[in-house]
Amino acid sequence: MKKSKLSLLLASTLATSMFLGACSSGSSNNSSSKNTSSAGKLADKQVINVLESAEIPNLDSVMNEDVLGSEILSQVNAGLYRLDQSGTKVIPDLAVGDPEYNADKTVLTIKLRKDAKWSNGDPVTAKDFVYAWQRGIDPKTASPYVPYMMDDKIKNATAISENKAPVSSLGIKAVDDYTLQVTLEKPLPYISSLLTFTAFYPQNQKYVEAQGANYAKDASHLLFNGPFKLTKWEGTAADQWTLEKNADYWDAKDVTLQQVNFNVVKDPQAAVNAYTAGQAEITPRLASSAIISQYQGSKDLMQYLEPSLWWLKMNENNPVLKNLNIRKAIGLAIDRKAYVNNVLANGSVEANYIVPKEFAKNPSTDKFFRDDAGTYLQTDKAQAKKLWEQGLKELGKTSVTFTFVGQDTETAKKEEAFIKDQLEKTLPGLTVNIQSVPFKIRIDREDKQDYDIIFSGWGPDYDDPMTFMDLFLTGGGQNHMSYSDPKYDQLVKAAQTTLATDPNKRWKALQDAEKVLLEDDAALAPLYQRSVNILVNPKVKGLQHNAYSDFSYEWVKVYK
Amino acid sequence: MARYILQRFLYMIFTLFIVVSVTFFLMKLIPGTPFNNWEKLSGIQRHILLVKYGFDQPVPVQYAHYMINMLKGDLGVSFQFNNTPVTQLLADRTGPSALLGAQAMIAGAVIGILLGVVAALKQNTWVDYGATFIAVIGKSIPSFVFAGLLQFYVAVKLGWLPVMFWNGPSYTILPTIALAMFPISIAARFMRTEMVEVMASDYITLAKAKGASYWQISFKHALRNALIPVITVMGPLAVSLMTGSLVIEDIFGIPGIGDQFVKSIMTNDYPVIMGTSILFAALFVFIILVVDILYGIIDPRIRISGGKAK
Repeated sequence: MKKSKLSLLLASTLATSMFLGACSSGSSNNSSSKNTSSAGKLADKQVINVLESAEIPNLDSVMNEDVLGSEILSQVNAGLYRLDQSGTKVIPDLAVGDPEYNADKTVLTIKLRKDAKWSNGDPVTAKDFVYAWQRGIDPKTASPYVPYMMDDKIKNATAISENKAPVSSLGIKAVDDYTLQVTLEKPLPYISSLLTFTAFYPQNQKYVEAQGANYAKDASHLLFNGPFKLTKWEGTAADQWTLEKNADYWDAKDVTLQQVNFNVVKDPQAAVNAYTAGQAEITPRLASSAIISQYQGSKDLMQYLEPSLWWLKMNENNPVLKNLNIRKAIGLAIDRKAYVNNVLANGSVEANYIVPKEFAKNPSTDKFFRDDAGTYLQTDKAQAKKLWEQGLKELGKTSVTFTFVGQDTETAKKEEAFIKDQLEKTLPGLTVNIQSVPFKIRIDREDKQDYDIIFSGWGPDYDDPMTFMDLFLTGGGQNHMSYSDPKYDQLVKAAQTTLATDPNKRWKALQDAEKVLLEDDAALAPLYQRSVNILVNPKVKGLQHNAYSDFSYEWVKVYK
Repeated sequence: MARYILQRFLYMIFTLFIVVSVTFFLMKLIPGTPFNNWEKLSGIQRHILLVKYGFDQPVPVQYAHYMINMLKGDLGVSFQFNNTPVTQLLADRTGPSALLGAQAMIAGAVIGILLGVVAALKQNTWVDYGATFIAVIGKSIPSFVFAGLLQFYVAVKLGWLPVMFWNGPSYTILPTIALAMFPISIAARFMRTEMVEVMASDYITLAKAKGASYWQISFKHALRNALIPVITVMGPLAVSLMTGSLVIEDIFGIPGIGDQFVKSIMTNDYPVIMGTSILFAALFVFIILVVDILYGIIDPRIRISGGKAK
């Protein structure tokens, strides 16, 4: 996932829609509001008020591509699997137990619960899944996100989305009303966490087709089968909406919260004012370190690391940046500690890696990827200067100028000035010209590879290191910096294919690939892993957050 | 007068046509696409989306399509707000902005004109200095600072009014005050200057000589003439107030049009950029016409009727 959401959170008031994140679990669980201690009595009124920083752009699960859209969809609908209260473990939702696999792990058989109902009274059946998946991949639907989630994963998805095969050939079949058979292109170790993603949710064919263009237009043109029902949502431009407990949800007995009222507030300081005045129990993410520092150490602040990384990409079409010593020098020159402590000051941590901390557990050891992986490109200014001078000598130059493309938000501009200062002061003869541009233009510049150095980032699309590691394959769609190393390609491709069913070897290959990428090639310079800061009333407990970068209210309880 | 208005109306149509065309082509120069996950899509998927929305056509063809649809009253659908028709979006969102703007404008004009008149009549007294001070404050401090201060002290600390949101008349008070500070200062400054000048003119001396009362002179003779420059500046100001303020709307959580317009540009939401531009431009030329007609009502010397003075 492009790091739009991060950049836009930096952007605060002008934030545009966020991109969908991951289908994954694995985020930290050390936040204060995870405190589920049973001390204290439940309040009589199980109602909370939540502030959001943007409107819901879409609630058609096959058309949605936004984090908030996916958050609300997962509250009012249910798929095969769901993330548990910790946000890290996959648990069955409409599925009964784990999938059954065939011998080569490419065909999954999933049994469905028989007691799940849509809000119009229809039962939720296997056909609803087949319909939604086929509708999502159909090029006629022109879904902006489903093909990205299914291509190369679900059998025939790529061919269908490119109009080369009929929709009916998609690898999903209703064996009977309550049995689904899913066929994959290749074994996917992370398939059950992928299936927690709202793009794989069911839809009621009869209802969707009867509504036609009005489907998902507002709360009265949607069906629900999840823990909550959506009410008072007047459509995508609405600035308020409400979730009410769905008594017909199969697991309704575990839902305590009766109602969640949402209001949109775009100004972070105003959101904090509303929180202080008691108009809300949960704020949107706070970006400004000035606001965060006021709440540092307070019980109200919920702070945790997000599995998303920011880095500098170096365009190897530029002959200077093609030089390994130059790239290494840039990777070593920036004081990341000062960066996270003084410039960001929001709990973010310095990153000497690509795959984030507290993300993606090895299925055979239950340890996070990062826990037994190395760190690379540790800041070393003396070494940076030496390599830089060596590189310049090899190129026969005494000075170079780079165009550094960054974003135009207040926080991003501070970061860019810091990076420029660090690079210019450490590397003699270097001039960095900052070009701060709006988000969409930054993406466009990266897409067209129109930069020397660009400030960019990535968040996971599913709970597996591959969501980061396949980005930089030779000629890959996300490479955008002309990086190419056969050694890296070979390791990542092996992890995708031959090693797919051997978790330990696969893990090792991916860790080696990360080492090649950073230590051998210095293809990019990682900067930091971002933290999330929100205010949560200490009386509200059980708010789940996950690597999708969204929240779940299913287990929230309000105490006296 | 009717002929004049008709003529002006035709000019308005022409102006709008130019604005729409220039905006359309300028907008197409913004890099990027309105699609959110563009960078993730394969070439074929990108093509499917471009075809679906007609962006595969050359820009002049897209322009022709847009103009034809616009004449039919179809402004297209928004990208940021999934396929919501732009006309509906504008209709829903213009309400709060227009109400807020109108309240601020009325409050601003009434208070500002009063301040200006009083300051002019009590020239160089403490009343005059006080009014000038208020005007300088209102002009030099941006509305979002007032908004932040009002929100924090009046709503959060004192709890007299709601902090934010849009649920009834009491919710409009703080944003109206924050927005009204600027028109107050503008009206007060223009009014004072004009009023001082008018009060010194010959016809006022004549009126005094004829024995007209102080109040008659001030409000019947002087005020009417002094209003001309105020109306000239207040017209366009009214448009900018009624079409929404990004910052005030963000701070008070108001579902208005200002925030949405800025966001549409940031996200390349072409139909919304166009729709909002058309709305703003139309309001603007309309207000200018109203101002010109008002001139004639207020000051007989400017009355236009085939060039003949009555």
